[in-house]
Amino acid sequence: MEVSKILNVSQLRKTYNSGSGSLTVLDDISFSLEAGETFAIVGPSGSGKTTLLGLCAGLDRPDSGHIELCGVEIDTLDEDERALLRNRKVGFIFQDFQLLPTLTALENVAVPLELQGAKNASIQAKTLLNKVGLGERIHHYPSQLSGGEQQRVALARAFSNTPEILFADEPTGELDEETGQRIIELLFDLNKEAGTTLVIITHDMDLARKTQRILRLKGGKILMDEKVMV
Amino acid sequence: MSDFESSKSGISWLFLMAWRDLRSNAGKLFLFMSSIIIGIAALVAIQSFGNNLTESIDLQSRALMGADYVIDSNQPANEEVIRIMDSLGGPDSREINFASMVVFPKSGNSKLVQVVGTEKGFPFYGEFETEPADASSSYLDRGAALVDATVMLQQDLKPGDSLKVGNITLPIAGALKAVPGRSALSSSVAPAVFIPYEQITQTGLVQRGSRVEYKYYFVADQGQDLEALYEAIDPRLDAEGADLDTHLDESRRLGRRYNNFGKFLNIVAFIALLLGCVGIGSAVHVYIRGKLRSIAVLKCMGASRSQTFKIFLIQVAGLGAVGGIIGTLAGISLQMAAPALLEEYLPVKVSVSISYPAIILGLLLGVLMSVFFALLPLLRTWYVSPLSVLRVQPENDAHTGKAQAVVLGLIFLFLVLLALQILGNWQYAFFFILGLGVSFALLYGVARILMWAVKRYFPEKLGFCVRQSMLNLFRPQNQTSVLLLSVGVGAFLISTLFFSRDILLSKVALGNDENSPNIILLDVQTDQVEAIKKTLRENQVPVLSNVPIVTMRVEEINGRAVNEIRNDTTSNIGRWVLNHEFRVTYRDSLIPSESVLSGAWVGNAEDKELVPISVAENFASDARVEVGDRVTFNVQGVMIATEIASIREVDWGRVQLNFSVLFPNGVLEDAPKFHVVSTRTVGDQSSAVLQRQLVSLYPNVSIIDLRQILSLLEGILNKIGLVIRFMALLSILTGIVVLVGAVRTSKYQRIRESVLLRTLGAKNAQLLRISFYEYAFLGILGSLTGILLSLVGSFFLARFVFEEPFVPSTEPFLILLPILTLIVVCIGLLNSRSVLNTPPLEILRSESR
Ligand SMILES: Nc1ncnc2c1ncn2[C@@H]1O[C@H](COP(=O)(O)OP(=O)(O)OP(=O)(O)O)[C@@H](O)[C@H]1O
Ligand SMILES: [Mg+2]
Repeated sequence: MEVSKILNVSQLRKTYNSGSGSLTVLDDISFSLEAGETFAIVGPSGSGKTTLLGLCAGLDRPDSGHIELCGVEIDTLDEDERALLRNRKVGFIFQDFQLLPTLTALENVAVPLELQGAKNASIQAKTLLNKVGLGERIHHYPSQLSGGEQQRVALARAFSNTPEILFADEPTGELDEETGQRIIELLFDLNKEAGTTLVIITHDMDLARKTQRILRLKGGKILMDEKVMV
Repeated sequence: MSDFESSKSGISWLFLMAWRDLRSNAGKLFLFMSSIIIGIAALVAIQSFGNNLTESIDLQSRALMGADYVIDSNQPANEEVIRIMDSLGGPDSREINFASMVVFPKSGNSKLVQVVGTEKGFPFYGEFETEPADASSSYLDRGAALVDATVMLQQDLKPGDSLKVGNITLPIAGALKAVPGRSALSSSVAPAVFIPYEQITQTGLVQRGSRVEYKYYFVADQGQDLEALYEAIDPRLDAEGADLDTHLDESRRLGRRYNNFGKFLNIVAFIALLLGCVGIGSAVHVYIRGKLRSIAVLKCMGASRSQTFKIFLIQVAGLGAVGGIIGTLAGISLQMAAPALLEEYLPVKVSVSISYPAIILGLLLGVLMSVFFALLPLLRTWYVSPLSVLRVQPENDAHTGKAQAVVLGLIFLFLVLLALQILGNWQYAFFFILGLGVSFALLYGVARILMWAVKRYFPEKLGFCVRQSMLNLFRPQNQTSVLLLSVGVGAFLISTLFFSRDILLSKVALGNDENSPNIILLDVQTDQVEAIKKTLRENQVPVLSNVPIVTMRVEEINGRAVNEIRNDTTSNIGRWVLNHEFRVTYRDSLIPSESVLSGAWVGNAEDKELVPISVAENFASDARVEVGDRVTFNVQGVMIATEIASIREVDWGRVQLNFSVLFPNGVLEDAPKFHVVSTRTVGDQSSAVLQRQLVSLYPNVSIIDLRQILSLLEGILNKIGLVIRFMALLSILTGIVVLVGAVRTSKYQRIRESVLLRTLGAKNAQLLRISFYEYAFLGILGSLTGILLSLVGSFFLARFVFEEPFVPSTEPFLILLPILTLIVVCIGLLNSRSVLNTPPLEILRSESR
């Protein structure tokens, strides 16, 4: 294990027990990511992509295997320590945005900063919202924004704590092509600027090819792990 | 990880988040708050209104005595008694009374009456009812007399005629129709003549050896604890041959009715409180459930478990406090408005005063109940992984179960404490809450079984709408448990009110029927009985009873002569027992107003040497005798040895001739005796005609017209009955409003599904039908289960709290069940209405997240 690796996954295994029996969703998954790398996970629906992302980000626990995130062995952390780790070093973007419905755009972006106890949270949040082109809409609630606008707020929020690694689960899944395109551009721009490691789940092979590396999952197993030729 | 822990957002951020989350959606908030507000408002209103009502009725019980408490004795107060009375601030009014013959100079007739000398001030509660009305205020100043209205009628007297009492002759100021302090019925009652206290000595009738009662009336200080006063003073007075009675005894004499009425009011208030809790509980539950996703998102952002937990706990506590304040204010205004609105229908004049305990209770309850009930769903979030943002996660039951059990335990404890505070009896409190808990568990069980059964035996063959509504019963995030629980517990509480109201009302009605006498003829000689019966028959009134009476005095108690006991200063036997001329009857069975407390009733005397008798509780305690003790009676010179075979509890509140001492058949039949005949007349006019006829035919007979006393008693009982109905109605309404709130809270959960179905092409009629089936099903099942459970609960209530037989009425089944179901269905359909009238997109955008 090298120190420069920001995410290190080895022999990960996850099964779900449902009424009729147990279902192995992930089986013997191992890979590692270098800091600053951009990385796509692709695969058919139900192949375990979201499950894998959840495990990597410490949102759930594997049945066996190890995950090292930002130099920390996350199996050894309790819930709150993981939360703290996420707050300091991890960003998220979800397919269905997941903004807090009762908070304005500005407040949504400010939450991760406020959690850190940052003094100037709302100024930083405003700067970020300006960057994603929503400077005029900062006091609007999510329900008053379009899907694309909501996802831009989510983007601003994901970057607000200047994460070392950012996980995005089908960030353009609910958006039309053009809007999706703009989101992706923003995502890569922000990423370049901050030097963040980027993990994107997508069905869109064009998007996947924009990353440096593609992991192909099928039936819970790694089918292929390839570098993208530019 | 130490570098992470250094800087953290503080508590103020938690408050900020709690506030931000609140601010934006007024609609949901309003629903949530309305449950708290209504619950608390009802509680506060019922509590304080109830307090006001009991106070008003309390006032009436004081009117029965005319004062708060009275000290009486058969001797003039000795130094010690005077010292005690001085320590109580001295009597506010004095009275002397004795039985005596009085003469009416106009006719020359004489009559045995109770002469009562009273002072200014009395009565302090209630008032004399006289004809003319101003006679009551003027007779003392004029040195005149008030004469029992029946006697006036019998003797054909008019105000201004005169009356000779012993050595003095007084003018008659007016007829006395009703008097405070003269309500207790006993066999020694005689018509009353009131004269000024100062003139009593001039009558020359108060001499050594004559039987005179001295009474000292007191008005208590505000908030004085009369029970405590009684405990402290009565034993000391007892030793001096005096006795202390409080107005509480007076109301107790009205029987258990009154007692139960207080219990009922408490139960009503408590049930209102529980209904409020049900409202708060279901509202908070649904509210927090709607927040689960936000909680998961916050966790993804890196908020710790305790941070998310606290944000929503702070929020709910704040809402609870605000709801508590608004609810309390609403409750107070309701309480203020109620008497004005209901003046016409309310039986008693209700003085409105703000009850501070009720206010504090309202506030406390708003916060604590909200927090406790929020804890249940919030605790679940503690263990929920943030992954639930990505998809609905199965809940982690093992941990949650334990934590929830702790919270449930806390809620249980809290409710028991509240119950204790309100019901004032820890056994009632414990069992009441336990019963509620059991009902709760059973309802939950019914919900689980229902969900299982519907899933297991899913009606595949039925139509789309029915199937869809059945699916709603057990899909994830279903409302089956919450609705069944709130509807069920609501129905349980409401129908318990119905049942216990009936228990009490049936009791209040007793003693007020066609068979209770209102005219009593005293001193009827044995050879007059047949003639009098005939006269009564001719007047078309019934002979309700004909009771033989033998007068006797106590001669020996357990072998000690009365004189010896009298001279024994260490004896604590009540002096009245030694002096009293007992009017005793004999029969072979007990009457409904009597029940044996200890020993066994013997109806026929086998052993004439040692007669097995029964004595009333008060005789036993004052004569210090128990079952098996011996008392010798002097029956006009003949000594009769008796043994106490039983001690009876006598409900003096029943309109019955009740007796301290009761003989079996077979002993007194040949003793010199007179009879008491009772009858019932209807209407003032016919009663007057009958009385006049009886007086002229049988001049020696005294006629006691009970109609005045009866109407006073009936008045109080009717008032109590009305209050019972009114309070029950009020909390039943509360229950219904709370139920409305509970069903309303499920609105936001249902909208999304309906919108989706509609987007998929379901017609409005189909959507409505789906809702209809689901809510009708839940409504019927919930209320039926609740009512059945309350049947069991009410049985226990009747048996152990009210100590009355339980005859369940069909009202809850015939009225409550359909009404509750209808309400649940209506609210359910109303919930869907907003879906029908709004374009789906708008709802999806505003409600879906
Ligand atoms: N809590 C759970 N219980 C049982 N099975 C689950 C659970 N969560 C996920 N699964 C199963 O795990 C498998 C992988 O799910 P996952 O969401 O990771 O797929 P995915 O690759 O993200 O699919 P998609 O592209 O459709 O989002 C699926 O078959 C799903 O049914
Ligand atoms: Mg997925």
